[in-house]
Amino acid sequence: MNDVMEKIQTKPTGVPAKKEKAKVKKVLIICSKGKIEDVYAALVMANGALMEGIEAKMFFTFFGLEAITKKNADHLHTATVGNPAFMPGLPTMLGGLPGFEAFASYMMKKEMDKLDMPHVTEFIQMIDAGGGEIYACKLAADMFHLKKEDFLPEVKGIITVGDMYALADGEGTQIIFI
Amino acid sequence: METLVMNNGKVDVNEEGYLKNPAQWTPELGHEIAKEVNIELTDRHFEVLNWLRAKQAEGVALSIRKVGNSGLVDIKEFYQLFPGGPLKISSKIAGIPKPVSCI
Repeated sequence: MNDVMEKIQTKPTGVPAKKEKAKVKKVLIICSKGKIEDVYAALVMANGALMEGIEAKMFFTFFGLEAITKKNADHLHTATVGNPAFMPGLPTMLGGLPGFEAFASYMMKKEMDKLDMPHVTEFIQMIDAGGGEIYACKLAADMFHLKKEDFLPEVKGIITVGDMYALADGEGTQIIFI
Repeated sequence: METLVMNNGKVDVNEEGYLKNPAQWTPELGHEIAKEVNIELTDRHFEVLNWLRAKQAEGVALSIRKVGNSGLVDIKEFYQLFPGGPLKISSKIAGIPKPVSCI
C-alpha cells in the first residue's frame, strides 16, 4: 500500500510546461444543413478565416449540398416550423401555412442585404478567390443523384470522407461541424 | 499612448500597431509598415491603399466585398497583394483603423 502511495506522490505534480500560444492555422468547416442560417454560419466562418490569414476548406454534405448546387444555392430557406427561436410565440401551425416560409426567408434575405451580406453564390466566389477550397460529399451526392455539373463551378471536387480528413492534415487545424 | 518611431519621426499607434490618426500617414510610412509584414509596396499597392484611405475618410465601413466591388481590384488580386489577411494588413499599411467587418 505504501509503495502505491509513494508512486502516486512521486508522479509529477501540477504546473504544466508553458506552451506557446498555438494559433489556428487551418479550419475545415463541414456544413451538413441546408437552412439559410446554417449555410451562412459556415460561409461567414470560412471567409472570416481567410480574412485572418487562416487557411479554409469547406465540405458540404447531406442537405448542405443544396447550398452549392447551381439550382438552389441562391434559393435557400429558413425553417419556420420546428424552430422555436423563430418569432417566439408564433403558433407552429401558422408557421406551416403555405407561403409563410417563403415570406420569412424573403424577409431574412432583405435584412442580410442591408448588412451588405452577399448572396450564397457570390459568397462562395469570394471564398474561392481568397484561396478557400470547397468540396462536395460523394456519399450524399450519390444519394441525391447530384453530379459535378450540378454544382457551382467553384466546387473543386466530389470527395470521400477519407479525402475530407486529408484536407484537415497538418498542425493547428480545427474541424467545425454545422 | 504608444508611439512608433519611423524614419520621418514619431506617429501614434494603438497596441496592435494601427495608426491612431490617419493624417499622420505618409507613403514612406506605408513602406515602413509594409516591410514589417514582408511586403514590398508597388504602385499597384498604392492604388489600393489610396482607395482605402479615401473610402475611410468618407466614413465607409470597409469590407473585403467592398474592395472586390471597387472596380479597382478583384478579391483574388487583393489577397495576392496583401497575403495573410488582406483587409487588416492593407488597413494597417494605409494608416487607417482596423476594420470591424465580419465579411
